[in-house]
Amino acid sequence: MAVSPTRVRIGRLERPALTGVLVREVVNFSSYWRSATFSSTVEPTIYLLAFGFGFGALVSRVGGYDYVEFVGTGTVATAVLFSSAFAAMFGTFVKYQFQRTYDAILAAPVDTEELVSAEALWMATRAGVYGCVPMLVAIGFGLDPSWGMLTVPLIAWVAGFGWACFGIMVAGFAKSIENFSYVVSAVLTPLFLVAGTFFPIDNLPGWARFLANFNPLHHCVELVRHAAFGWEGWEDLARVGALVAFGLAMWRLAIYAMTRKLID
Amino acid sequence: MTALAIRIRGAVKRYGPITAVDGLDLDVPEGTCVGLLGPNGAGKSTTMRLLTAQSIADEGEIEVLGFRLPEESKAARAQCGVTPQLDNLDVTLTVEQNLLVFSHLYRIARSERRAAIERALKMAKLVDRRDSRVDKLSGGMRRRLLIARSLVHRPRLVLLDEPTVGLDPQVRQELWALIDALRSQGTTILMSTHYIEEAQRLADTVLIMSHGKAVAAGSPAALVSEHAGSEVLEVYGPPTRLAEVEAQAGADGLRTRRTGTSVSILGVESGNGFAIDGERRPANLEDVFVLLTGEEIA
Repeated sequence: MAVSPTRVRIGRLERPALTGVLVREVVNFSSYWRSATFSSTVEPTIYLLAFGFGFGALVSRVGGYDYVEFVGTGTVATAVLFSSAFAAMFGTFVKYQFQRTYDAILAAPVDTEELVSAEALWMATRAGVYGCVPMLVAIGFGLDPSWGMLTVPLIAWVAGFGWACFGIMVAGFAKSIENFSYVVSAVLTPLFLVAGTFFPIDNLPGWARFLANFNPLHHCVELVRHAAFGWEGWEDLARVGALVAFGLAMWRLAIYAMTRKLID
Repeated sequence: MTALAIRIRGAVKRYGPITAVDGLDLDVPEGTCVGLLGPNGAGKSTTMRLLTAQSIADEGEIEVLGFRLPEESKAARAQCGVTPQLDNLDVTLTVEQNLLVFSHLYRIARSERRAAIERALKMAKLVDRRDSRVDKLSGGMRRRLLIARSLVHRPRLVLLDEPTVGLDPQVRQELWALIDALRSQGTTILMSTHYIEEAQRLADTVLIMSHGKAVAAGSPAALVSEHAGSEVLEVYGPPTRLAEVEAQAGADGLRTRRTGTSVSILGVESGNGFAIDGERRPANLEDVFVLLTGEEIA
């Protein structure tokens, strides 16, 4: 005869489980925040400075903006990508393959859905903060502050959530860490280059402009630019919808991939 | 009748062509320590994973603390503690931070968290090392911390997967004392091990596994008595001599096992007139283990 269970209410996506995973991330972050902050902010800032002042010397205005303003707002999406997708891919893989952290967490009352969700929420929060750095640097170099910029952390958070889930999904499907090269070269680099970060996509061929509508980075770039220079009404709402849809789709795919990986 | 903390019936787990657990039945009564004893690859770790629903059985029924798995595994895990075979501590955190993280994961109320961490630190004898980073601890300390981490929420059931594997004898004895203290407090323990002595010292009941199956179960003394008798004759000599001894024992209806440089003849107390020179010793669980699994132990 098995013991009578002590009944406790257990459901999906419970706050204590999400909090537990988030606490682990926050406590760990205290031990590596310097290096994480360095890599997530310095790299996009270098892009900003190199393109802004390199190309900026040749091209004074693009799309009606000073080039430094154009790149300063565009590289927010780059910072979001670097601090979410890349961190998620490598961090997730290391945690389940080498550190076996997820084995420990899943032995506690936490399920894969909660684990993935909490990890993505944490990386989205980091992306929301780190994403603002290039814009702040650009303000230092002459970008005029505006009230709309206060929404940039939120835009970066929504985009960061989707990209974090994308990274977790890639790590979940990857058989080895070398597999990431395919994703970086064939997916992230093209998306990064045709997002409208460094040059407007208006002059690209029609098919490329059409495909850009499916590029979440492009929507992030445009939303940040409009937040800084003026909203575009329904168009921006549609872009927010695209980022939310991207985030939801990637969230479910990440949970599917990690469940396959962690539960056999 | 004692209630069962774990009840497994006919559990099967396959990985492609390999059947890691093959029709396993297991009962762990509440308040007892049960040892899962088996050689590497016997299915012990897979059984442990089945109990946390990190592996899902292809067939059979599993209940942990009255919860059906895998459907209710999260509720079961809330009342279980798991010490894994492989160290998965956060190495850049301190001892105390590791316990803090798991006090949150195991949903200890804010008002009780501090006391729970202190209790775990004391139990693991790591009070003085609370601020040490894990990567600065010795192997024994890390293993104690792993056990303390699994006990921070005072679980009703503890799953210890090879708790002393790879540790030196002194550290192993320290951990045995810790596990024994836990057992004496009435916590139910399921412990997998391939160390015979560990099972013999700590387990009330031992289940011997081989190739995913349970091949024998009972108290260590009962298993020894049933399968190996009370006395064993150890005969040393060159391989040809050992082969002769085996043949002679077989002809007299006695069971033997090879122990590297010798042959052990089991149950010699019942072998009337068996006249071979050798060293007599009491039968032990290792004799049973090798006899039943037919494999060398680690």
